[in-house]
Amino acid sequence: MKSTCQIRVSVNGEEHDAVVDPRLSLADFLRHDLGLTGTHLGCEHGVCGICNVLVDGLSVRSCLILAVQVDGHAVETVEGLAEGEKLHPIQEAFMDEHGLQCGFCTPGFMMSLKELLDHNPNPTDDEIKDVLGGSICRCTGYAGILRAVHAAVAKMGGGRPSHPD
Amino acid sequence: MKPAPFEYAAPPTLDDALAILAEKDPDEIKILAGGQSLMPLLNMRLARPELLLDLTRIEALSVVRAVDGGLSIGALATKRQVEDSSLVRERNPLFFESTVMIGHPQIRNRGTVGGSMVQADPAAEYPAVAVALGADLVAHGAGGERVMAADDFFITYLTTALEPGEILTEVRIPDLRPGAGWSIQEVARRHGDFAIVGAVAILSLESGRCEDPRIVVFGASDRARRHPEAEALLAGQVPDATLFEAAGAAVAEALEDPTEDVHASGDYRRDLARVLSVRCLTEALGRARGEGS
Repeated sequence: MKSTCQIRVSVNGEEHDAVVDPRLSLADFLRHDLGLTGTHLGCEHGVCGICNVLVDGLSVRSCLILAVQVDGHAVETVEGLAEGEKLHPIQEAFMDEHGLQCGFCTPGFMMSLKELLDHNPNPTDDEIKDVLGGSICRCTGYAGILRAVHAAVAKMGGGRPSHPD
Repeated sequence: MKPAPFEYAAPPTLDDALAILAEKDPDEIKILAGGQSLMPLLNMRLARPELLLDLTRIEALSVVRAVDGGLSIGALATKRQVEDSSLVRERNPLFFESTVMIGHPQIRNRGTVGGSMVQADPAAEYPAVAVALGADLVAHGAGGERVMAADDFFITYLTTALEPGEILTEVRIPDLRPGAGWSIQEVARRHGDFAIVGAVAILSLESGRCEDPRIVVFGASDRARRHPEAEALLAGQVPDATLFEAAGAAVAEALEDPTEDVHASGDYRRDLARVLSVRCLTEALGRARGEGS
């Protein structure tokens, strides 16, 4: 039983050693300890999906997982999407297709979509909506986001002429 | 919104976890699995344990495998694991289908099978499917192993037969009868929300007559329940729309004191229970006759 914990976490490919209070969420660890404020926090109880990040390639609510639980695991955040000045195709597509307005929810959507497109380069509309349903956006009405996903699929070399199913 | 301070242990084996449970006051401990229900309670300080006992490092508890007559699902298996398991999909399509109805992908990536059972939310899919299939829930404590039938395990709102000091370790899901039809349907405001009401039906045909019919309603009262009065109407009868309407009416009539809350009135839930029972029976019959999947 411990009241502080030593952890080693890979974040966007970079190893970090840290001593954390067990109650520290992954979201707060990323934002406060590592200064990675691209991960936003909305509801802090798992409903809004704003804080989604990837742990070992799977999207999770970073408000519902403790920093100590990712000891030995690999975390990806929105800061890891672009390569230098070159935006990730998902980021470009959001820009091109008005997938965001205020941008507060955008990192959570993008990380969930990265998981989807990494595992499934040709998702159906239903599969896309299942993922989009896990985050809340109050600006776009989701139509722009859905268009952005299709555009990202095309940019990433997937794509199909239409989505009958 | 941050949790109150707690001490933390993430033992690598079940024996280590049980030893920690045995040496502390169980009332001061919260057991963490996927965290999709407990972490919000901690964040809101509705739960303030002295010790958080994290089971997620116990790899032996997340195994999904076939056993004689069914599936053995480790309590720490995530919904994502179940969703990705071709074994589950082939062996128990009802359990598979109920899994993809739960929450959102981001929740299923962390949330566990055992966590949903222990949380015992009256509107949750897994407890309803466990009751419908007659699953067994296996717990370990200082006294060794204890096996509980699903119907005995779920007591009422957020309350199970699990004793302090016990850990749920495994859920045993029996196979459907060969050729059985099944259905799970629910009504929610948005996909991924908790159901306002849901229903599960399982039906086999023996010489054109209903065999071992099961109807479970969830979200309408304090826990998922079978409806023996409606099942008795169906058993041994030739199924048709009139019979299913009668069964649905029997379900609605038997619902005592349906839940009333901000989402729906009791009368609305009673009517949903009737409608969903009929729809599930109809879909289950179609599957039993080999129409569709």
